[in-house]
Amino acid sequence: MLKYIVKRTLVLIPLLLALSVVVFVIIQLPPGDYLTTYINNLRSTGQQVTEDEIAALEARYGFDQPMYVQYMKWAQNLLRGDLGYSFVYKRSVNSLIASRLPATITLSVVSVLLIWIIAFPLGFYSATHKYSLGDYAFTSVSFFGISVPEFLLAIIIMYLYFLTTRQYAGGLYSDEFAGQPWTWAKIVNMLQHVWIPLLIIAFTGTAGLFKTFRANLIDELNKPYVKTARAKGVGNMRLLIKYPVRIALIPFIATVGWLLPGLISGQTILAQVLSLPTVGPLLLTALQNQDMYLAGSIVFIMGVLSMIGTLVSDILLALTDPRIRSSM
Amino acid sequence: MHKDIQGLQKVNRREMKRREAALKAQSERQQDTVYVASQFKLTVRKFRRNRLAVVGLILLCIIYFIALFADFLAPYGKNTYNPSITNMAPKGMHWIDAEGNFSFRPFVYEIVSSYDPVTFAPTYMEDTSSKQYVSFFARGDEYKLLGLIETDIHLFGVDNPKGENGVFGVYLFGTDQAGRDLFSRTLIGTQISGTVGLVGVLLSFILGLLLGGLSGYIGGKVDMVIQRIIDFTISLPTIPLWMALAAAVPANWPVTKTYFCITIILSLVSWPNLARTVRSKFMSLKNEDFVKAARVSGASTFRIICKHMVPMFMSHLIASLSLSIPGMILGETSLSFLSLGLRPPAVSWGVLLADAQKFRNVVLYPWTMIPGVFVVVTVMAFNFVGDGLRDAADPYL
Repeated sequence: MLKYIVKRTLVLIPLLLALSVVVFVIIQLPPGDYLTTYINNLRSTGQQVTEDEIAALEARYGFDQPMYVQYMKWAQNLLRGDLGYSFVYKRSVNSLIASRLPATITLSVVSVLLIWIIAFPLGFYSATHKYSLGDYAFTSVSFFGISVPEFLLAIIIMYLYFLTTRQYAGGLYSDEFAGQPWTWAKIVNMLQHVWIPLLIIAFTGTAGLFKTFRANLIDELNKPYVKTARAKGVGNMRLLIKYPVRIALIPFIATVGWLLPGLISGQTILAQVLSLPTVGPLLLTALQNQDMYLAGSIVFIMGVLSMIGTLVSDILLALTDPRIRSSM
Repeated sequence: MHKDIQGLQKVNRREMKRREAALKAQSERQQDTVYVASQFKLTVRKFRRNRLAVVGLILLCIIYFIALFADFLAPYGKNTYNPSITNMAPKGMHWIDAEGNFSFRPFVYEIVSSYDPVTFAPTYMEDTSSKQYVSFFARGDEYKLLGLIETDIHLFGVDNPKGENGVFGVYLFGTDQAGRDLFSRTLIGTQISGTVGLVGVLLSFILGLLLGGLSGYIGGKVDMVIQRIIDFTISLPTIPLWMALAAAVPANWPVTKTYFCITIILSLVSWPNLARTVRSKFMSLKNEDFVKAARVSGASTFRIICKHMVPMFMSHLIASLSLSIPGMILGETSLSFLSLGLRPPAVSWGVLLADAQKFRNVVLYPWTMIPGVFVVVTVMAFNFVGDGLRDAADPYL
């Protein structure tokens, strides 16, 4: 087992290397280089750019040197934990992302827990009561859940919320609490806002997980060993929980893999519509303004998170599933 | 009696034999139809028993019919605008007039605009005293039917759009901020939104089949390299990558070029899963007896792959392909919604929904959300059909 973990972790190194190349290409994709844009941007706002400053920037990113040297310099900064500078926000990318990361991760973790809590009992009921009224109801709702784009659902819910309460439902808390220290009133206010994104994420996320869990469990229930156990008189609940459910649970463990990345990236568009202070809207503004170091860094961080997530879920799967362990 | 029959047999021996053979052949044919059905036949039979899948298929037929004849079905062209009716709520056809008289032929009232005395926002009222019948196969904006036949005939429309105080027109879904008919634009948007998934899936089908096949059939080092590429592509975060790549597409490119770029970007993410399936199928099939037999009898590699291996898992492939179309349609819609994918003058459902990006627009003009209904219906239909195909193609279900 330890050997497997070490092996899987070592595989991460070339993957990270490849990711950094892809992100560097993304940074270089828009026409014109960063420095020219930066200087034009400063001049257009009436600021003076001294020759020294330009020289310092050139030296830092190696703009006068060939592409691979630029990549090496950028990668070196990356290794030191320096993600670059955002000229739109005039702050270091590190501090920008750090300010958004806590809300992003909290939202993701809470919604994954919510998805698990909802999807498990519903899927269990649907699979054990196949073609019952409840099964038909849940299945059709789940079809709607996987078919509706999250942003559209967000718009519709916000619109309905506005019609009934005449209030804007976006943001994480009301305007008067912005920049205020965390007080009880602010927490209550946040809870009043946060249920909308949670509801939407839980709805669409549950739909997908419910479908796989139901299909897996039904597959397992049709297998001969279940029949044998029934014939031998194993109690219904005990039988279900002990054997088929354990196997059907695999997609739940696999969701740990996209717990971090899937939700952070998946909620990018939703967060934009609901104007949540997460990484998603930051990426969008960065891309719209061609603030490529910021955009590239966000893609890089999301990539790293998703690779770590896949690693964690692979290890968890190996821990829970003896079939994977024995094939190692 | 006995002699008679014997004589008959003697005379008609040939005839009897012929009849016997015919009878035998007939019974064999009957057995054929009863006991033998091809894999394809079985799949179709199973698919037809799944009611949701059939409903999905019918919906898809309607949607692609709309896509083909969108210019004819839409009363207006996609860029036809009327500045005197901007952001107007839906004004549809009527069958019963103000006095309660029923008319079999639908009609529209004259739309008169005025200004709200407080907010100065334009308001549109229907003048019930002035009406005009809707004419079918009416002449309107010129277009090319199926890109070939130049014509100006639309399914329905109004013959004289100019009224005394306002305008006549059929605006089933209302208009946008430039006074363009949302119904016409939604129908025409079907052409892009409906085909993005198909073209994208075709691309990832070719990529997945080629790389997965190479990986599974040749094995060894080729397999190793392709496997690593697949692992890497799968571990990339989908939506941020889509966004970053789509943002790099220059805004001044023509619509068709952007369209193909976006499709390529969308299919970049979905081919690895397909390649994985193809690879595992190839791995398990290449040691089967029938493949070995084909190889021993001297069939070429190409022939073995195309004739003996691919048909074995084709139905499975088609099912997983049809299940990856919805993701692509949603991807295009989301990207265009964020103004990162297709941009005006292109018309797709995502481009139309981009008007709903500002919450103020949604509250004031809720009809901008209507194209979303088309997205949901299309994606749901594809999911129904995909699920049905997957179940039908599985011989053990």
